Amino acid sequence: MELTGAEIAIRCLQEEGVEYLFGYPGGAVLHIYDALFQQEKVKHILVRHEQAAIHAADGYARSSDQVGVALVTSGPGITNAVTGIATAYMDSIPMVVISGQVPSYAIGEDAFQEVDAVGITRPCVKHNFLIKDVKDIAPTIKKAFYLAKSGRPGPVLVDIPKDISNHKTEFVYPESVSIRAYNPVGKGDSNQIKQAAQLLLEAKRPMIYAGGGVVLSGAAAQLTDLVRLLGYPCTNTLMGLGGFPATDDHFVGMLGMHGTYEANMAMQNCDVLVAIGARFDDRVIGNVAHFAELPRKIIHIDIDPSSIAKRVKVDVPIVGELKPVLDELLTVLRASNKKPVAADLAAWWKQIKEWNVKGGGLRYKNSSEVIKPQFVIETLYKITQGDAYVTSDVGQHQMWAAQYYKFDQPRRWINSGGLGTMGFGLPAAMGVQLKHPDATVACVTGEGSIQMNIQELSTCKQFHLPIKVLSLNNRYLGMVRQWQQFFHGDRYSESYMDALPDFVKLAEAYGHVGMRIVNPADVEPALREAFARKKDLVFMDFQTDPKENVFPMVPGGKGLSEIVLSEDL
Amino acid sequence: MRHIISLLMENEAGALSRVAGLFSARGYNIESLTVAPTEDATLSRMTIVTHGSDAVIEQITKQLNKLIDVAAVMDLSEGDHLERELMLVKVRAEGAARDELKRMADIFRGRILDVSSHTYTIELTGTRSKLDSFLQSIDQNLILETVRTGASGIGRGERILKL
Repeated sequence: MELTGAEIAIRCLQEEGVEYLFGYPGGAVLHIYDALFQQEKVKHILVRHEQAAIHAADGYARSSDQVGVALVTSGPGITNAVTGIATAYMDSIPMVVISGQVPSYAIGEDAFQEVDAVGITRPCVKHNFLIKDVKDIAPTIKKAFYLAKSGRPGPVLVDIPKDISNHKTEFVYPESVSIRAYNPVGKGDSNQIKQAAQLLLEAKRPMIYAGGGVVLSGAAAQLTDLVRLLGYPCTNTLMGLGGFPATDDHFVGMLGMHGTYEANMAMQNCDVLVAIGARFDDRVIGNVAHFAELPRKIIHIDIDPSSIAKRVKVDVPIVGELKPVLDELLTVLRASNKKPVAADLAAWWKQIKEWNVKGGGLRYKNSSEVIKPQFVIETLYKITQGDAYVTSDVGQHQMWAAQYYKFDQPRRWINSGGLGTMGFGLPAAMGVQLKHPDATVACVTGEGSIQMNIQELSTCKQFHLPIKVLSLNNRYLGMVRQWQQFFHGDRYSESYMDALPDFVKLAEAYGHVGMRIVNPADVEPALREAFARKKDLVFMDFQTDPKENVFPMVPGGKGLSEIVLSEDL
Repeated sequence: MRHIISLLMENEAGALSRVAGLFSARGYNIESLTVAPTEDATLSRMTIVTHGSDAVIEQITKQLNKLIDVAAVMDLSEGDHLERELMLVKVRAEGAARDELKRMADIFRGRILDVSSHTYTIELTGTRSKLDSFLQSIDQNLILETVRTGASGIGRGERILKL
């Protein structure tokens, strides 16, 4: 039987086992929405802005190992989606976005709601396709899913002109897919792995540095085995948190611009560094030249060859999937007669413990007068017993959440690390809550970020998503204010949030529960009450200290050992 | 340093813009770029001439390989290779210059493709420096138009870029 292109597109999603489709209708996707209406397998989540559809699909993907899927219309539909797509691209999130396009005969005529979707998304997708024939829809969607999740994952866009979604053809979903120019690697090179093992065992001051790749590739168990087998210190990047248990003794905290003192000092001073699914970005190693001043051997394991030797010289590059590479590395290490020199390792750990003075810089002066943002996160950790999915927006609250919530499992910490997209947190939390309906989902945000996608409170109401929103409201764009204080002579240019809404009333207007918390003594009771409301979305407006800064801090352009600690300590 | 990079890619709409976009987005320069289908019509062969440090060239090669449409990449300048560029030059050919231009074209093994009472159009093939030196060898005031294809390159002997 012949089906329309629209019906075929939906059938493809069914074949891929897509549970939720996040989207927003419009003229160019009317046929697809019609096909969606006439089936029940794929459930559609109607967002209030296309950017949120992409972030929700993204949150869904990050909290599971499945591809996030979104559907948007042409023109403003796809341009609104671009920020979300770029967010997913920077963090390598598997995603398929289907966009409507004006009819194929009208392309290039500046038709109503026409935009060159393939052109505008090209720099921020793993790949994209413009469908020109209804027969191509099924094979292209098959390819899109394969590309999105294989190799280094990423978003893939499929742009379908309106007329083609109404043309008919036989539906056959391809069983397999092969793209001759695309052959992602699996296993790593065995000789390189042996060399890496040798270097690791000879290390006097070893350091294991693991990033988001560990989370994405499901290699957290292998990483944990590796660290415990060797007894070496391990740090996680912002994207890698949860890839190694934060409560393990070998964990020295997050590294980078707002990482712990000991993690950054150990990165700088180690003699053998193994980077696993990480990319030495500017927020992680600071000034490259400063980092290169001290000699150290670097082993770099990554699925993407272009991540290796991009910013630092690498001695032992290993290109491959992290799981098989780490499995093989573990086998080689276990079979080796050689063991790390206990005395060297003990001296190194002693040094690291010395760097841990003042909690590695992760301490703050609590107050009985004003709510300290760190205290809110610590209390959140305490009452959720470390078991929540935590999404965040971007800014100071994001860093405090990363620093003070201890993630013991992968895929629990969901934030926009690469692109740094304000407005990510709430829609991402929707995707997480849909994927894990019984789980506790907390969205840590600020009064600046939340307003970038606050309309999604309406989506949360429609689909009964009991997310707990913790807004750390300091009446400033806090991270901007912090940089203005440190580097721009206290000139707080446009970083003050004036004329804020009454967030309690706003939450209530959307049909949710709102709370305003002003006193430190009320923080814990309020959180307990909010999290006890299993069925409600609770919006908590914490009035926090407007002057609090994020420490430690490696100032922009500085080296890791030039890290600055809080004067309060 | 100057590098000449050869690649095979899917002969599909948009493939060229992916390559061009990669260069512009990352601030790499392109001295010249030529592309045309191969004996297998589903594949195009592209030759890109670019400049950069070893680290930059390594990134360029890796990023090119990462494009889904790109099937194979070779940095021809890493080994023995041949490089040719085609140039068409239209010159003002009057009076004494008419004979002189013919002579110069012969010396550079060029061919005169088109003759009018006042102009010659000369075809020349060679390396970039040969074409440059031809242009320097004739009276600059006589040059009316130059069209150059940019370099095409191929490895010597058994250095073969094929799927």
